[in-house]
Amino acid sequence: MKESMYKRMKDLPSAHLLGTGTPMCAGCGGLEALHEIYDVLGSRTVFVNAAGCMTLLATYPFTPFRGSWLYTAMASAPAGAQGIRDALDILLQRRSITKEEDLDVVVLTGDGAAYGMGLSATSGAIERGLDFLYICYDNEGYGNTGQQYSGATPHGARTATSRGPSGFAGFKKDLFSIWAAHKPTYVATVIGAEPLDLARKVEKAKQLDGPRLIIALAPCPTGWDYEPRHTADIGKLAVQTGIWPLKEYVDGTVTHTRMPRPRRPVAEYLKMQGRFAHLFLDQRGKHMLAEIQARIDRYWDTVEA
Amino acid sequence: MTRELLTGNLAAAWGARLARVDYVPAFPITPQTEIIETLSDWYDSGVMAGRLVTLESEHSMITAAGAAAATGVRVFSATSSQGLLYGMEMIYTVAGWRVPFVLVNVSRALAAPVTLEPDHNDILAARDSGMLQIHCANCQEVLDSLLIAYRLAEDPRVRLPVIVNLDGFYLSFTREPVIIPEPGAVDAFLPAFDAESIRFRASQPESQAVAVLGGSPYSYFRYETHLAALEALKVYDEVAADFTARFGRSHAAVEDYRCGDAEIVLVMMGSFATKAREAVERLRDAGVAAGLLRPRLLRPFPADRLREYLAGKRGVAVIDQNLSMGKGGVLHSEIASALYGRKDAPPVLTSFIGGLGGRDISAEEFYEMVSVTREAADSGTVPPPRLLYTRDELREVRKLQTIARVERSELGKEP
Repeated sequence: MKESMYKRMKDLPSAHLLGTGTPMCAGCGGLEALHEIYDVLGSRTVFVNAAGCMTLLATYPFTPFRGSWLYTAMASAPAGAQGIRDALDILLQRRSITKEEDLDVVVLTGDGAAYGMGLSATSGAIERGLDFLYICYDNEGYGNTGQQYSGATPHGARTATSRGPSGFAGFKKDLFSIWAAHKPTYVATVIGAEPLDLARKVEKAKQLDGPRLIIALAPCPTGWDYEPRHTADIGKLAVQTGIWPLKEYVDGTVTHTRMPRPRRPVAEYLKMQGRFAHLFLDQRGKHMLAEIQARIDRYWDTVEA
Repeated sequence: MTRELLTGNLAAAWGARLARVDYVPAFPITPQTEIIETLSDWYDSGVMAGRLVTLESEHSMITAAGAAAATGVRVFSATSSQGLLYGMEMIYTVAGWRVPFVLVNVSRALAAPVTLEPDHNDILAARDSGMLQIHCANCQEVLDSLLIAYRLAEDPRVRLPVIVNLDGFYLSFTREPVIIPEPGAVDAFLPAFDAESIRFRASQPESQAVAVLGGSPYSYFRYETHLAALEALKVYDEVAADFTARFGRSHAAVEDYRCGDAEIVLVMMGSFATKAREAVERLRDAGVAAGLLRPRLLRPFPADRLREYLAGKRGVAVIDQNLSMGKGGVLHSEIASALYGRKDAPPVLTSFIGGLGGRDISAEEFYEMVSVTREAADSGTVPPPRLLYTRDELREVRKLQTIARVERSELGKEP
């Protein structure tokens, strides 16, 4: 693999490809990540979208993309990618199109589709060795319908369907490991607040063939209940507290691309978000907070061991 | 041109092969599986150029079919019953994408209770989707309809996916002599698919299937799809006429058997209509002026053609191999809507439900339906819809229930 062309922040693309004026919320962490991803991927792409916030990016008759787009349904964006990739391969094979007309096929879905309804279609696409890139913008809930909890919601978070005093009783599904267990070409976690790490990973994924999957944690002002101006700060804290480990899977090995040392207390990340406000009110909250911190510590103990 | 004994499934596979389909997203389901197994062999052995990919569900399969057609290759797929319903979200969706491809549905009754044999509730669940529907009654028709379906789907005036329907078991596994046309003759009838400007290429970015905001653009696209489907009536006639000119076989939108001078006309779809045809022949021998109409096209609905055939008849009996719970036969409603308010409409339109889950319809039952309809025409009183079921059948079911009850109580006595 070629050495990364992104060594410093000033190496990042200065020309931005994604158009402005989209209907995404102010401070959308998913859109922040998508901007950065698109700049590295380029416009010779076809985005295959599943139902979610970003479905509204391309709203008739406008689109912020310079390349192509196909909206499918909530559960089957990877199957849409399969159809396009196979069709392009057939056309290339019989020389109906030139290599210059080929496209990178990119699935773009939220966590609702990625962690839940579309997981079977993703599993199938990986198992078939489909040559595609999957981008999940993970805002940890069904954001487009008003932030109900999803398989990506973290323990304790208040959502529209977990308004009780303890918030969401379940635990965030480890999608990274589920994807990696399929042994695809590449899996990575990224966040828009760490653009250099993100650019290197997207660059690497672009150079590889086969199934490549990236989860971008997407701080969400409306769903997580914070001021839009804090998106980048919250994103940085997600990495510095260790609650969102930046890592990649290649050839059976998981490598952490950032080791947060020393780790900041997770409370710093949580207290910036209204969805966790109840953790800072009483004894019960204090107890839950300690549990959340202990879980993060255990994770990094294993990594650093 | 060769003549071979083919099952309905093999006839469907031959249709896809002669159409030189590039891509087959697949998923196995009884009684359709033989189609994709056959195509898989042909791709593997190099007889066909392209690829077959097994998806992990029908929902994904239909998504892949639509996406590949949106990229500009010729696509074929096949399913049945539960599979069609599992993919139903995408059936509606790909019709809205206006992507031309052909899907074969091998009809099989729907759960619950789960079963394998045919009726038409599966295919009729797709009635309002925007996918056009051609219904077949024999194996030759299956092969021919596939070729017609591609011409229809890909016509720039239509550009809609088409479902070709055949009945599970009765056609899918029944061998009949089928004429396999010469590939060159098929190529002349059905040239390679030209997606024109609607496909994904790096040099010409394209957004397909984007969201709309509000009822006005939504209605615009829905009306456009409906008008394209209506346009398909005219296009179908043109294509079918060209097919007849080239191959000598006629596949009209509505098949008429001895309707011209008939007093009582049976209306029925699919392979069971061949039983009705046989009954009509026997009735004619006995001096009863019966006839049969078999709509091949269900969507678009050939209402004008049906009206012309049925004008001035004394009575019409619609036999539905489907059941809309709480309403009755679907085809009956469709025929009624075509005839209502016409001065020359038949005064009597009777409704019969039969053939559910592959239950046979006997010749005697056909005679009875004609006779009930004739009596209704005489008396002017239309009887309520009738569910075909014999006393013997009811006795058999009761017997099974009794045996089960006895067995259960016997087992309960054991220590």
